[in-house]
Amino acid sequence: MSEHLLDIRVERKTFASTTVLQNIHLQLQPRETVSLLGPSGCGKSTLLRIVAGLEKDFQGELDSRAGEVAFVFQEPRLMPWLTVEQNIGFSADNHYDKAWVAQLIDEVGLTGFADALPKALSGGMAQRVAIARGLYSRPDVLLLDEPFSAVDAFTRMKLQDLLLELAERHAIALLLVTHDVDEALYLSDRVLVMDNRPSRIRQELAVQLAHPRDRRDPLLAQLKALSLTELQRAHVI
Amino acid sequence: MTSKSKPLPLELPSPRSATLSLSNAWRLRLKGLALPVLIILVLECIVRIGWLPSYQMPAPSEIALTLADLAEGALWKHISASLLRVLLGFAIGAGLALVFAAWVGLSREAEAWLEPTFAGLRSIPSLAWVPLLLLWLGIDETSKIVLIAIGAFFPVYLNGVAAIRDIDRKLVEVGQMYGFSRTRLVRRILLPAALPGLFTGLRSGMSLAWMFLVAAELIAATKGLGYLLSDGRETSRPDIVLAAIIVLALLGKLSDGILAGLEKRFLAWRDTFNGQSAED
Repeated sequence: MSEHLLDIRVERKTFASTTVLQNIHLQLQPRETVSLLGPSGCGKSTLLRIVAGLEKDFQGELDSRAGEVAFVFQEPRLMPWLTVEQNIGFSADNHYDKAWVAQLIDEVGLTGFADALPKALSGGMAQRVAIARGLYSRPDVLLLDEPFSAVDAFTRMKLQDLLLELAERHAIALLLVTHDVDEALYLSDRVLVMDNRPSRIRQELAVQLAHPRDRRDPLLAQLKALSLTELQRAHVI
Repeated sequence: MTSKSKPLPLELPSPRSATLSLSNAWRLRLKGLALPVLIILVLECIVRIGWLPSYQMPAPSEIALTLADLAEGALWKHISASLLRVLLGFAIGAGLALVFAAWVGLSREAEAWLEPTFAGLRSIPSLAWVPLLLLWLGIDETSKIVLIAIGAFFPVYLNGVAAIRDIDRKLVEVGQMYGFSRTRLVRRILLPAALPGLFTGLRSGMSLAWMFLVAAELIAATKGLGYLLSDGRETSRPDIVLAAIIVLALLGKLSDGILAGLEKRFLAWRDTFNGQSAED
């Protein structure tokens, strides 16, 4: 297929003498959601950083036809001296598009918090701001590195639904790294189960369910059992 | 136990709570005044009763009279001379320190070249420069200002470098993600993130500048508060010495207060511990 937004081929990525990634081939289609599922330290974050261009030292090639790629980190990483509004428009310095920022603030459910400082926000709210900052540049692809791992289970579910809604509305493809099996299955069109170090893609699971999904769907439970078996075989759990 | 829920304080800036916090602020200020006032009263009594000889410890009221007396004459000349020296010396020392701190903090290369030299210079007690400065620059203004600049330099430099090196790498990475240029990275992330540390440095630099002012003026001066101190000693007038000390304290507090005010204004975003209130 030549329709893909991203085509990444990593032959080998090493840190000092350890190989963290090996023979990985990953394609992302427009508006598709793909999760990389694996244990901490298996190199999935490194893969994401390679896609984002933060990591340039690897053997392989990155073919990106996506115009704009944005990144949401594991922590919100907001500038504590800037207000919510200024943080969202951070990439455009002080002449950010006010109307667009206001719209994003409404969309992530933070109406009325435009002038709040990050110290006044809860963890979940701060992560909403981080997502809005990611959307500010109108990206084609949003990369997310365990974005909800630091919030409680209920906030996480809300943020997952918010993320799907935003991706749908703005026609964004999502590439998500997670170690939460439920999260990966609930969000994604495809889940790539990663091997332990050196990381390869062990198995690809297609989640053929329309959105909005029901978290209690029996297919999700089946796929969860399957991916847990796969992770066990990979000696991850 | 019954669980009784407290009503949430929803209306935050209501006029009642505003006046309440105002009277709270005054109460805090009064608490701070209690100890000095007590000490002054006790001293006054002790000296009046005669437990302390007044040629050694003049009564506070006597010092106040001396101060009023000086204020009609030479005091303003001394204050303006000292103030000018401190401000000039501090501006030069702190300005250079900020430049070098930024250079060394941002560049590993600059650190390799400069840091060992600064570390060596820092280990010289700054007052050891006095004889050399007097030999090289004479006893007029230049030597005093240079000494004050040296005193102010190191705290500002040290705190500046530490502030830059303490910046959270994760925040810097956000800028790198957006492909920020070096100057943009400095302006948008590094400078604001280093500001708390820079202010700490500036404030301790300012207090050292006052210290070195007194040192410089005690040694050789014809005007200034340090001169007033040594003049009071030579003429056996402890009231003049104490009056000069009080003026120095006030000026030091004033200059630090200005910096603290700036700090509060620029660093309102900090999420820090402010101590526990007595009610908690």
